[in-house]
Amino acid sequence: MGLSTLRQLERIDRRWIYLAVFLAVVIPFLTGLKLPVGTPSPAAVAVYEAIDKLPEGSVVMLAIDYGPASMPELEPMAKAVARHCFQRNHRVLAMTLNPEAALMIRRAVDPVLEEMGKEYGVDYVDAGFKPGGLAVILGMGRDIHKVYGNQDARGNALSALPMMRGVKTYDDIALMTDFAASNLPFTWIGFAHERYGLRMAAGVTAVMATDLYPYWKSDQLVGVINGMKGAAEYEQLVGATGWGTLGMSSQSIAHLLIILFIVMGNVGYLAGRRHRDAGRSGSA
Amino acid sequence: MALGFLAGIFMLVQFFVPHESSQAAYELLLEWARIIGAFAFVLGIGSLFRNHLDKIRRRRKDAGYSIVTLVAFFAMVIVGIFIPATRDQSVGDAMLTVDTGASFQWLFDNVQVPLDATMFGLLAFFIASAAYRTFRARNFEAGLLLVTAVIIMLARVPIGEMIHAKLPNLYEWIMQYPAVAGKRGIIFGAALGSIATSLRIILGIERSHLGG
Repeated sequence: MGLSTLRQLERIDRRWIYLAVFLAVVIPFLTGLKLPVGTPSPAAVAVYEAIDKLPEGSVVMLAIDYGPASMPELEPMAKAVARHCFQRNHRVLAMTLNPEAALMIRRAVDPVLEEMGKEYGVDYVDAGFKPGGLAVILGMGRDIHKVYGNQDARGNALSALPMMRGVKTYDDIALMTDFAASNLPFTWIGFAHERYGLRMAAGVTAVMATDLYPYWKSDQLVGVINGMKGAAEYEQLVGATGWGTLGMSSQSIAHLLIILFIVMGNVGYLAGRRHRDAGRSGSA
Repeated sequence: MALGFLAGIFMLVQFFVPHESSQAAYELLLEWARIIGAFAFVLGIGSLFRNHLDKIRRRRKDAGYSIVTLVAFFAMVIVGIFIPATRDQSVGDAMLTVDTGASFQWLFDNVQVPLDATMFGLLAFFIASAAYRTFRARNFEAGLLLVTAVIIMLARVPIGEMIHAKLPNLYEWIMQYPAVAGKRGIIFGAALGSIATSLRIILGIERSHLGG
């Protein structure tokens, strides 16, 4: 292959790239290609073990702080964690600081609740969305019922729900997992964990995981579920197959394709540079 | 500016005062903050409304999209507030009920979620194209970044472990040591900057938030 041919590798029309990415994502889905998830990462295993070791019946809070845009990455892990909690007979309190996520909670937890035969009000409460961000986080450290006006997302009085009778502050919550694609985990860590000692884990998009690893390494987080692979790992740990696992084949092929494009671009670039250097030394 | 100074100093001092009256004042302020947060939504909706109405009135370019936005806005509001959750529930009761009905959930699940997820999914195409066009090993540092990115991309999918069993371990080492070290430096810097900016705002040295 001559230098001039290799230089063409740097100039592929982006529409071919878009088509290739589309096919890389769609074909594995249509053909049902299944890849083994592999060894779970230490950060995801840490979250699993933290929830698994809690005494049965502990209250676990799930902060579903993502919107529809990050749903493909975060909903599978939220479902897997909810499933794990119900498997261990923990009680789940779901809430959110993101207005879009008020209905994401129902998408994530309700199907699992129904499948596992758990009862609303006894095993699970949906506190829903409350505006105020940091003020809500700080307020819950003093009185959760007061922050929510003694009402859950379905119009029930919190004090009337059996599960919420013993839950007043963060002291009554054994562990909290924040699922987010924004900077909310940092707010939760800075105020709920540091000020009130709330034990925390986080489930975030893959691009955010680097930002949260320092908090895991300093024990401010018990663990981090990292992106769709993390969701697949957690699904494997709880013995369920969900969209995290199903998405792994498409993600694998797409990643390989992007690496191939990067290599092609660099080969074209180096060939072009060699051509330019040869031209300069020729004219000199 | 005086209000900012007084509020800032009060909250600073309040943090260290465990007395009952200090804690009561703190709880009251938290409640005010939550109410203001709720009104921020009203402001945001008003602003959205005003902008799009303005575009429609002036027949600006893409005013059609503004019409779609406002129609969708009203559709969700009407369905969410007025459509009863169950057959035997009256419209009046539906308005007073906190719980949203199945119609609202249906609109959310079948319209908003797919549209939002699709918009975000478009990023995959742009990232692939941008990676192809800009990820060039022009020098040693760029080459190092490139190699690291390739390792991370491979290790975060099952195929990585199939290519080499130790690839995920290499990923974990990168994430837990050099990445954490670099990130910690950034976090410290940002935290110090945040403290400095907060003090400047409280003391009135920084006034950009006042529009000045």
